[in-house]
Amino acid sequence: MITVIAARELRSLFLSPLAWTLLAVVQGLLAWMFLLLVDDFRELQGRLASLDNAPGVTDLVAAPLFRVAAWVLLLLVPLLTMRLFSEERRTRTLDLLLSAPVAMSEIVLGKYLGVLAFLLMTVALITLMPLSLALGATLDAGKLLAGILGLSLLAAAAAAAGVYLSTLTTQPAVAAIATMGLLLALWMVDAASTIPGTAGDLFGYLSLRRHYDAFLLGLFDSADLAYYLLFGMAFLGLAIRRLDDLRLRD
Amino acid sequence: MMVDILAQVERLTRRYGEIRAVDEVSFTLLRGQVLGLLGPNGAGKSTTMRMLAGVLAPDAGRIIIHGADLLDQPVQAKRALGYLPEQPPLYREMTVDEQLHYSACLHGLSRTASRQAVACIKERCGLTDVSRRLIGHLSKGYQQRVGIAQAVLHDPAVVVLDEPTVGLDPLQSREIRGLIRELGQDRSVILSSHRLSEVQALCTHVQIMRSGRLVYASPLADLEQQQPSTRLRIGLKTPPPLVRLTQLPGVEGVEELGEGCFRLHHAAAAAPHQALVEQASAENWGLWELTPEQVSLEQIFVELILEPEAVE
Repeated sequence: MITVIAARELRSLFLSPLAWTLLAVVQGLLAWMFLLLVDDFRELQGRLASLDNAPGVTDLVAAPLFRVAAWVLLLLVPLLTMRLFSEERRTRTLDLLLSAPVAMSEIVLGKYLGVLAFLLMTVALITLMPLSLALGATLDAGKLLAGILGLSLLAAAAAAAGVYLSTLTTQPAVAAIATMGLLLALWMVDAASTIPGTAGDLFGYLSLRRHYDAFLLGLFDSADLAYYLLFGMAFLGLAIRRLDDLRLRD
Repeated sequence: MMVDILAQVERLTRRYGEIRAVDEVSFTLLRGQVLGLLGPNGAGKSTTMRMLAGVLAPDAGRIIIHGADLLDQPVQAKRALGYLPEQPPLYREMTVDEQLHYSACLHGLSRTASRQAVACIKERCGLTDVSRRLIGHLSKGYQQRVGIAQAVLHDPAVVVLDEPTVGLDPLQSREIRGLIRELGQDRSVILSSHRLSEVQALCTHVQIMRSGRLVYASPLADLEQQQPSTRLRIGLKTPPPLVRLTQLPGVEGVEELGEGCFRLHHAAAAAPHQALVEQASAENWGLWELTPEQVSLEQIFVELILEPEAVE
């Protein structure tokens, strides 16, 4: 049942120009970024050769590219998740799902996985850029994989937040803005981690960015993995509760 | 014959703030019954149906669909349920085929079963010609038909239809009525409508709701038997004074309707037809209409809705 809902969600994304436009814009922006990074690397190459233990092409091209990609994804995810429930509530198509023999958790997970599939496709397309460097250079596979995993986890966590926020309103635009606000706040809360004491540590731990940066350095810490999984599950759980609650309210 | 209860509703209550939209409604629906739910706007018909479909949670009460409690075992209960809300839940960006397949899969039909079910229901609802069109491009009538097709596609035991023939032209509504009648033979159907004639033609049972309460419930067959005609509508070219009509044997009261028309109220046992015809021809009243008036659903409806004091 989950796959039925996920497949419809993914299909309907590609039936609208929104998904195609987002893909095109993301690819365009990141391709430009990629080109600049490769250019910089070419200029630096001579000097790097004389250094011991110099950063490689993965550190100088792939990691910065993924850092920008994270930003772009944070702006893109809200636009993908905004319609999920708000539009169905507005056009009353949610009634079909609610009267079908499907559990609330299946509805939420189905929709979530539909969007997640789209996001993973985007991540795959982004990854193709640094991968193309393998034609002429040696890539650090470990670092690249850590980067891909980090970006995927970030996208998955952000999408879960978007799913929940879209159950709160019947207006997609409101859901999008709220999701964007939440994600950017959690990204920037890192700045508050300089506060001494536990408050600073807490802000640092909450930050989406702190955990992502670890992946980009090639560090795979299960604490970071746990952070993203917990983040995602918490919001999906809230979405299921909210959907159940809606039947009591409207 | 085994009595087969397909849907059972007990003391169903739902409040919106202070307003009791549905107030302690109870009824039972057997296999083979088509129940028509009537009532003015805001009487709680749609709310009742939404609760029956599991879309809305009741504040109190119990709903049992095909042996499964809708609140405790929602998935099992909903498997036996087909629901068409007031506004058909259709995705505008999908084609008719895609929508129907999606709905079939959601209701647990396998790929092959869903293909067969979709082909069959398209035929019956007259959707074969539009199967590749986008739903957003279809007219209201076609969208309504897709909604109905979607509700009955998976062969549910209980079918809940909220105003199924709204937006259909007379020919289409006749086809849909045929479909509903057919469905009602081995299933339970509950539908709401604003057309009293439709309910009278289609339903085996009727219930009338007013401000959240069930104020009338009866099998339609009883309606005709229990209340035999006691009214006679007549038209006269040259009517005599009213007193002469009152003096006819068996007549208990006369209403003047204007333009030579009168309504005679008489005792059920003593119909004044014969005497009336004889007198009319003897005294040259110019009788041109003589119609016994059945107690129609409309009269009951109007009496219950317009004169609430009379009932309470």
